[in-house]
Amino acid sequence: MEHVHTPFPGAGFEITVIVIGVTALTVYYLAYEKQSNWPLYRFGLFTAGVLTAVISLAGPLANEAHSNFIIHMVIHLLLGMLSPLLIVVSKPLTLMLRSLPVKKARRLSVWVRRSRYVRLLHLPVTGACLNIGGLFLLYMTDLFHQMHSSLVLFILIHLHVFLAGYLFTHIILEVDFTARRYSFYHRATVLILALAGHKILSKMIYADPPEGISRTAGENGAMLMYYGGDVIDVILIILICYQWYRARQRTYTIQNNPSPV
Amino acid sequence: MRQHLWSGVLFGIGLMVIIDEVIFHQLLQWHHFYDRDTTGFGILTDGLLTSFGFFAAVFGLFLFADLRRKVHIHWIKWSGSVCLGAGGFQLFDGIVSHKLLQIHQIRYGVDILPYDLAWNIFAVVLLIAGAIMLKRTSFSREAN
Repeated sequence: MEHVHTPFPGAGFEITVIVIGVTALTVYYLAYEKQSNWPLYRFGLFTAGVLTAVISLAGPLANEAHSNFIIHMVIHLLLGMLSPLLIVVSKPLTLMLRSLPVKKARRLSVWVRRSRYVRLLHLPVTGACLNIGGLFLLYMTDLFHQMHSSLVLFILIHLHVFLAGYLFTHIILEVDFTARRYSFYHRATVLILALAGHKILSKMIYADPPEGISRTAGENGAMLMYYGGDVIDVILIILICYQWYRARQRTYTIQNNPSPV
Repeated sequence: MRQHLWSGVLFGIGLMVIIDEVIFHQLLQWHHFYDRDTTGFGILTDGLLTSFGFFAAVFGLFLFADLRRKVHIHWIKWSGSVCLGAGGFQLFDGIVSHKLLQIHQIRYGVDILPYDLAWNIFAVVLLIAGAIMLKRTSFSREAN
C-alpha cells in the first residue's frame, strides 16, 4: 500500500497490547515466585514470547508493517510462530494449575478433559486447519485489504493468528498441560502437512500477491514467509523428534530394570 | 536390523532435500523459487516433499542416535541405506519434479540436456552403490 496512512490502529490499541503484555508477565512472575522448583529459564522464555508478541503489535515495527509487506511478513512469523513457540515451551498452563488451589486446579483439569468443545478444538488437525486455513483466507481473499481499514477486523485477525499459532504449537509439542495426548506419528504427520500448507501458501502469494501489494514486495514477502517458516518448523521437528528419542530411552530402562513392584 | 535401513533411507532423502535447498536454490540460484509455468499440482507436491524431507533428515538422525545407544552401528549397511534414500529422491526429483510436473528446471538459459543427464545418472550411481553395499552386508550376515 503506497499511500500515506493515518496512524492505524492507533495509540489506544498499542497501549492495550502493552498493558496485556505487562499483566501477563506480572502474573507469570508472581506464580513463578511461589513455586520452589520452577526453573528461571522458563520465565525467560515466557518473557521473550510476550515481548515478541508485543513488538509485533505495538511500536515502530508494527507501524511499519502497514505500508511494508515484507515487515508484515516478519510480524506474521513473530506473532504466529515464534511467540507461540516461546510461550508454549515456558509451560504457562502447567504453572497455572500448580499455582491454583488444589481443588480448583483439579476441577479445572477434569472440566478441560471432559469438555466436548475442548475435545473438538484439541485435535492436531483442527489446530492445523485453524492455523493454515486462516492464513489462506487472509491472503487469498480480500480480507488482507479490508484488514487495513477496519479496526475490528485488524484485532480479530491478529488475535486469530496468535491464538491459532498457539493452539497448533501447543497440540504438536505437548510439553505443557494438555487435555489429550496424541501419538508421535499422528503429530508428525499433521506437522508435515501443515508445513507443506505453509509452503504452498507462500508460493501462491509469490505468484499472486494480495491486492495493493507490488510484485517485488509480494515476491520478497512470500520468500521470507517460506524460508522463515522453515526455520521455526525445523525447531518444532527437532523438539518432537527429541521427545520421541527420550520416550524410547524410557522403554529401554523399564525393560532392563524391571520395576520390583 | 530394520532400523539401519529406515534411519539411512530417511536421512538420505532429507540430506538430498537440504542439499537441493541450500546449494541449488540458495548458493548457485540455478533452481527458481517459483517458475511461472508451475502447475498448482506441482506446487502441492513440492511443498509436501520438501516438508517431508526436513522431517526425514531430523528423524533419520534421531533414529540413528537411538540405534547407536542400542547396538554397534553397521556402517556399511547404514551408508548403503543413505545412498539408497539419497539416490531414490534424486531420481524422483530429476524425473517426476523436473520433467513430469515441471516444478522448475535445474538451470535456466542453458541447454538443459547435459544437466538433466548428469543429475539422473548421478542418482542412478547412488542407487547402485547403495544396493551393492546393502547386498554385501546381507551376504556377510548369512555367512556369519
